[in-house]
Amino acid sequence: MWNGDYWFVITSLVAKDFKVRYRNMSLGVLWSLFNPLIMMGVLTFITTEIFANSSVQNYPLAVLCGLVPFNFFSLAWLTGTVSLLENASLIKRVPVPRQIFPIASVLSNCMHLLIQIGLLLVSVLIFGRGVNIYWLWLPVIWMLEIVFVLGLALAFSAVNVYVRDTRYVVESANTILFWLVPIFYSFSAIPAKFRAVYEFNPVAALVMMMRTILLEGRAPVFSTLRNLICVSLFTFISGWFVFRRLKPGFYEYL
Amino acid sequence: MALIEFQNVSKFFPHSTGRALLRTHIAHWFGADHKEKFVALKNISFQVAPGESLAVVGSNGAGKSTLLSLAAGLATPDQGRVLVNGHVAALLELGSGFHPDLTGSENLLLNSALLGRSRKQTLALAEKITEFSGIADFMDEPIRTYSSGMVMRLAFSIAIHTEPDILLLDEVLAVGDAGFQVKCREALSDFQRAGKSILFVSHSDAKVREMCERALWLDHGELIMQGDAAGVLDAYSGRLALQQQAGEQAT
Repeated sequence: MWNGDYWFVITSLVAKDFKVRYRNMSLGVLWSLFNPLIMMGVLTFITTEIFANSSVQNYPLAVLCGLVPFNFFSLAWLTGTVSLLENASLIKRVPVPRQIFPIASVLSNCMHLLIQIGLLLVSVLIFGRGVNIYWLWLPVIWMLEIVFVLGLALAFSAVNVYVRDTRYVVESANTILFWLVPIFYSFSAIPAKFRAVYEFNPVAALVMMMRTILLEGRAPVFSTLRNLICVSLFTFISGWFVFRRLKPGFYEYL
Repeated sequence: MALIEFQNVSKFFPHSTGRALLRTHIAHWFGADHKEKFVALKNISFQVAPGESLAVVGSNGAGKSTLLSLAAGLATPDQGRVLVNGHVAALLELGSGFHPDLTGSENLLLNSALLGRSRKQTLALAEKITEFSGIADFMDEPIRTYSSGMVMRLAFSIAIHTEPDILLLDEVLAVGDAGFQVKCREALSDFQRAGKSILFVSHSDAKVREMCERALWLDHGELIMQGDAAGVLDAYSGRLALQQQAGEQAT
């Protein structure tokens, strides 16, 4: 039916999101930097001054290693989930392949991610942790995380067309996840019996690997990496099938 | 070979919304079929031959837009088959893909991508589209500053330059001022002369007679009549007049 240029459509949609988000802001892209920096400051203050039990070295940096993946994940998941509804007018008028919308929405969050990763790497250098060979792992683990979010976005955006409450489920899950992902505490603080659960949570796994690579200067732990690969691929494939299964009804329910 | 062929096509829409919706889905997953369905089209069959233009008439809610969306491949039929041979361009609710904060040129690019053109084709056509729309001076302004007529001009220009084999029109010919309307009319007759087909939904008697040889009359999802445009329109307007009379007598 539609035999257009997938890449052109996706890049156009990503460019649209980017332009629309920043065009009318006086500070533009700087907003992508302020948010994690402010959160980093607040969390550092609470943990080091109020609870005052920080055994973690370079605490602000460790927090930033948690915030950047978490921010990307929660925002990409949420905007991916609502992407079909937000583009309902297009879906009902243009026979463009539907999966383009959640995919483009996740990819446009990757633009902000790049800015935030830049911030993180600069902070790492400022804190005196140099570049190491294991940085080469970063693109790999981030690709896996993006694949994971793409799978979630496909599945949840499709379900959200039928049951509109889905977006609130995602919002609540994100709030809970903020506490369950080791953002402002370290993995070693988690009791041994819960560790296995953390190892299978791709967001937690990513945070742990970011810290291992950037702060400790070591290669990611093999078992965590293996789990991340399995969970990401599984999520993506299931998301794709859920989307395909639900797609025929989009027109009626939008 | 027909460009568009509908074989005994039926289309239903779900009735329920909100909380009831979840219940219906769950019932559906467990195999119970929902009872509440709105029948938008019922057992419709027709063909559009190459070079032929077909009008679809009927009152609001008759199923005209559903028929177009099936032909455009936006929706799938619940029963029967829809066969389409050729590239279809649907001019349904023009400008729905525009973003108000993007400029005219940016929207042109985005819309063109959504309609299935490559970057190369788009850039090659951009000048022609801009020229046809007649709003070249405003292309670098955000769409939100445009008048509604200007938005329609741009949207129509983008869509008509897709070079389709079949054009689906949904009441969009009332675009822009008189000058632009003449231009649109010319573009459409050129299109017809090139041996391509138009499927046209309209409430305007005169436009249907001018553009189409054949017509379909739909009422509450059922095909009441099909045949040459003049005959169908006479019957349709006769029925309307009757209904109006009946309404006057009732009050």
